[in-house]
Amino acid sequence: MIRKCLSNLNAYEHLDVLRKGVRQLSDWKEEVEEVVFPGKICVPYTWTVGSTLSKWYGLLRDEGQIWANRCPSCGKVYIPPKAKCLECYKDVNDWVRLPGTGTVETFTVVYYEEPSIQPKKPPFAYGIIKMDGADTGLVHLIDEIDPEKVKVGMRVEAVINEERSGNIFDIKYFRPVN
Amino acid sequence: MERVAIIGVGQTKYEQNKSGAFAELVYEVTSKALEDAGITVKEVDNVVSVSSDFWDGRTISSMAISDASGAFGKDITTVEGDGTFGALYGMMRILSGHFGVTVVVAHHKGTESNMSGITNTAFDPLVERKLGLDSVSSAAMQARRYMTRYGILEEQIALVSVKNHGNAKRNPLAMLPMDITVEDVMNSRMIASPLKKLDCSPVTDGACALILASEREAKKYSTNKKRVWMLGVGHCADAFRLGDRDLSDTRALKQAAKKAYQMASVEPGDIDVAEVYDAFTYMELMWLEGLGFCDDGMGAEYLERGNFNFDGEIPVNPSGGRLSAHPVQVAGLAAMAECALQLRGEAGDRQVEGAEIALAHGINGLCGQSHCVWILGK
Repeated sequence: MIRKCLSNLNAYEHLDVLRKGVRQLSDWKEEVEEVVFPGKICVPYTWTVGSTLSKWYGLLRDEGQIWANRCPSCGKVYIPPKAKCLECYKDVNDWVRLPGTGTVETFTVVYYEEPSIQPKKPPFAYGIIKMDGADTGLVHLIDEIDPEKVKVGMRVEAVINEERSGNIFDIKYFRPVN
Repeated sequence: MERVAIIGVGQTKYEQNKSGAFAELVYEVTSKALEDAGITVKEVDNVVSVSSDFWDGRTISSMAISDASGAFGKDITTVEGDGTFGALYGMMRILSGHFGVTVVVAHHKGTESNMSGITNTAFDPLVERKLGLDSVSSAAMQARRYMTRYGILEEQIALVSVKNHGNAKRNPLAMLPMDITVEDVMNSRMIASPLKKLDCSPVTDGACALILASEREAKKYSTNKKRVWMLGVGHCADAFRLGDRDLSDTRALKQAAKKAYQMASVEPGDIDVAEVYDAFTYMELMWLEGLGFCDDGMGAEYLERGNFNFDGEIPVNPSGGRLSAHPVQVAGLAAMAECALQLRGEAGDRQVEGAEIALAHGINGLCGQSHCVWILGK
């Protein structure tokens, strides 16, 4: 029973299953041949990044610097920066430069492959980095370490990409300090 | 305030690679729910559908199932989120006084698309989407944060999988009834640490419909035995960005639960049976804590004591839960249907004896950003 059910639990391999043509039978299919249309939706978008994140990406791309912004009312420091404070709903206009170091608050090592979305071949680690000088976490890759050796509480630093084009990968990844 | 009742439920069997197009699933459950309520489509005044354009692979996906849901010549509106939120909108429409008998229907065919690709698009295209995160990798980070904060072991969250797949053996609609052990879960393939294959819910196809009616219409059309009252509801959202939240915190769920309990004038101790959104094993424990069934961080200990077992103090997910069948967006509505059957005494082998008050819970957004809690009663 368990073997059968485990092979049905193809949450991450269902595309392969479809390709192999393994589909469950139901009554009507005994009389009618099922027709299946494969399809794909490809629609281009150009997303305007907006004033707050455009400034953030600009500083990252042009200066290689990591900045955050601080709520003038409650003092909470956000990275990525926010237009308005989550708590106060006040405009967040004070910008502060961060040292680029932080602590791993949580992480995961990804073992399943989804080449259409993943930035590299598994296994690799994602972490939420509690940035020094900020009150929020930044989600990013953790690299230059065996992913299975990543630990909660580990000190890490941002590695700035040499080639920058104004997106999240201008920070290449985080790596252990030292 | 006028009361609203669930007077009919209809569900498909939940399975993978389900034959039947979207509309056929919706025809099936709408017909079943109408028959269950003892009414025809003529008595239906409006429809709330629950669907997602991305999952369906078509825009304005609600329009494509309008005929199937009985909306031809009537008013149809859509909620893009979990079915529990669709039911809330359905109830509000009735309470507005503008609408009569309401069909709430959700459909999902996850096996026709790609779960990672679709849930990746839930992330902000301006920041995190490029990193390649999806619902599984983000949940894995939540699991680690929760387990680190409260010192919960992987073997402890694995027990949720053992319980729920075991419960599914009593539910003919569930997809994955299994006799498994903690060891089986621990030995299943690592997906995104600390989550292993048997910590994760399966991609599932299916549909569910509820028929809602005001007290006056419920009493006109249905019998006392079939009526289940919507006693209380609450919902609340946390911050969008994962890094803006402490992922181990259940503050949004606590708010949602408080509102629902207050509206129904009940306490967690009054709940006889609960269907809680276990998209992953650890989530069941977190949500049970947020719902007030135990203190924060104590879910695993209560589970080990058997409190949440089918024969425990508060049976949790006697249907087998989302771990045994997880049609996204349908799942919360299916939880409500399950609770309705429990309260009607029609839950078959999984009947919780004497169930009078039930709790159904749904989530929306990554890592349970938003929660909807329902208290249902006889």
